[in-house]
Amino acid sequence: MPTQPSFSAPALVVDNLRKTYGNGVEALKGISLTVQPGDFFALLGPNGAGKSTLIGILSSLVNATGGDAQVFGVSVNKQRGKAMQLIGLVPQEINFNQFEKPFDICVNEAGFYGIPRKIAVERAEKYLKELRLWDKAQHQARMLSGGMKRRLMIARAMMNEPKLLILDEPTAGVDIEIRRSMWQFVSDINAAGTTVILTTHYLEEAEQLCRNIAIIDRGTIVENTTMKRLLSTLDVETFVFDVSNVPGELPSLPGVTLRRVDDHTMEAEMSRAHDLNSLFTALSAHGITVTSMRNKTNRLEELFVRLVEQGRNEQDRNEKAAEKAA
Amino acid sequence: MNASGNLVALHTIVRREIMRIMRIWTQTLIPPAITMTLYFVIFGKLIGSRIGTIEGGFTYMQYIVPGLVMMSIITNSYGNISSSFFGAKFSRAVEEMLVSPMPNWVILLGYVTGAVARGVAVGALVLVIALFFTHLQVVHPLITFASVLLGATIFSLAGFVNAVYAKKFDDIALVPTFVLTPLTYLGGVFYSVNMLSEPWQSISRVNPILYMVNAFRFGVLGVSDVQIGVAFGVMLLFVVGLSAIALHLLKRGIGLRS
Repeated sequence: MPTQPSFSAPALVVDNLRKTYGNGVEALKGISLTVQPGDFFALLGPNGAGKSTLIGILSSLVNATGGDAQVFGVSVNKQRGKAMQLIGLVPQEINFNQFEKPFDICVNEAGFYGIPRKIAVERAEKYLKELRLWDKAQHQARMLSGGMKRRLMIARAMMNEPKLLILDEPTAGVDIEIRRSMWQFVSDINAAGTTVILTTHYLEEAEQLCRNIAIIDRGTIVENTTMKRLLSTLDVETFVFDVSNVPGELPSLPGVTLRRVDDHTMEAEMSRAHDLNSLFTALSAHGITVTSMRNKTNRLEELFVRLVEQGRNEQDRNEKAAEKAA
Repeated sequence: MNASGNLVALHTIVRREIMRIMRIWTQTLIPPAITMTLYFVIFGKLIGSRIGTIEGGFTYMQYIVPGLVMMSIITNSYGNISSSFFGAKFSRAVEEMLVSPMPNWVILLGYVTGAVARGVAVGALVLVIALFFTHLQVVHPLITFASVLLGATIFSLAGFVNAVYAKKFDDIALVPTFVLTPLTYLGGVFYSVNMLSEPWQSISRVNPILYMVNAFRFGVLGVSDVQIGVAFGVMLLFVVGLSAIALHLLKRGIGLRS
């Protein structure tokens, strides 16, 4: 029985999705997750974790071995065409004909979705302008820079004005200025009601943009929560201090671990509950003057590394236990 | 997608394919015209003038024109779809279509229509060139037109299947070199199979190109080595069989989806 999309239903429900490739690699081991409509969702994981396989199944480029996914209540397995109408995909690899013009690439993309040419032409102009590609619209795509090609793929994905936009590492290899303009564009799209799923290795990007997050590793979800809740679990922070001089022997301070980096730089690892005022007072009392300070790493990066390591250790323990039992 | 959406999608693929043919016209339209001109000069004029008449009083030039036109149609239809679809696969641009809601039959029909368009365009060009060398009068226009469409469709479908399986550009050159060209030369383009002794005459009748060449020759000249009904039956059988194979490959995603 064909189902019509319901925009009050979750934007995406992934239900026990499995994928084993022909060479025996088990890329997805029965993962489940839900993305609510209007969400900006981060899907993170190290290389080879299964992110692109999951996106491949959602966009019907990869055939699932088991399980299903529903986009606004429409099954990707059973009603592929209807589900694809709702999705816009920005893939990781450049996948347009480099000899075509950006304008034609966008208009043709709309055509594949059954959008009449008149509307397609209007949309191509709109999105190419918004992504600052209009002046290159009639050049061959192969002449575009790497950042322009990435933006072209976003413009192309917008041609069917999707309800669910999936971005697979859209800013890989893009300079910071263009990356920020892309963030702004995608944020605006999300604010206008489009649900966005983002995979990225720039964790700063995920922390700034996304409200909910799933971390995937070795084909399983190791964390699935809100960004706020995840970040609140980080109880230790590391600060880098530029100081006038680092003494030969670092003082011992309760609740703080100090490390020397060089003659003018030191690191302080401390609990988030520890206040900075008492630290500055203690440093001052030991004759150390702090001239500037910054966070050592992105907070999400620390959590990400920790969660992936925990997940792997747990998997290894389970595998060993299973081997013993066998 | 609804019917009007499918029509828009089909129009988009066909338009893109025709634009591609026009964009690289020096590779798609001119070389076959030059090759066939050489055939007309060498086989038709120089050698043909010493052969005399053949099969019902036609000059050798008149006799080979339908075969050469059909040969251009099938090789160009095949070449167009195999290089275009494999090119899309190689550059991953095919993913634009695979992730869209377009049904598989629209993708197939779009590419086949584009390839048939090139086959017909090249066939028309070769026919016009032929008129500089000989006089021709089309005896059965409908049969001529139908055999062109069916011949081009069969080899478009075959080229599509080849492109789906191909993993590198060499793979799309293998079939034309080792299968298509020998079958074309042995398909009665340059001679009547009635001139062959047994068992070669019976063996020749297994070659599907024989039926296409003779259906087209019957349309143009009114003579054929095979019964026209049988020729159309064989061609229709190939269209149905190859369409089923191509659609099955698209459905299973062989060579296209992981």
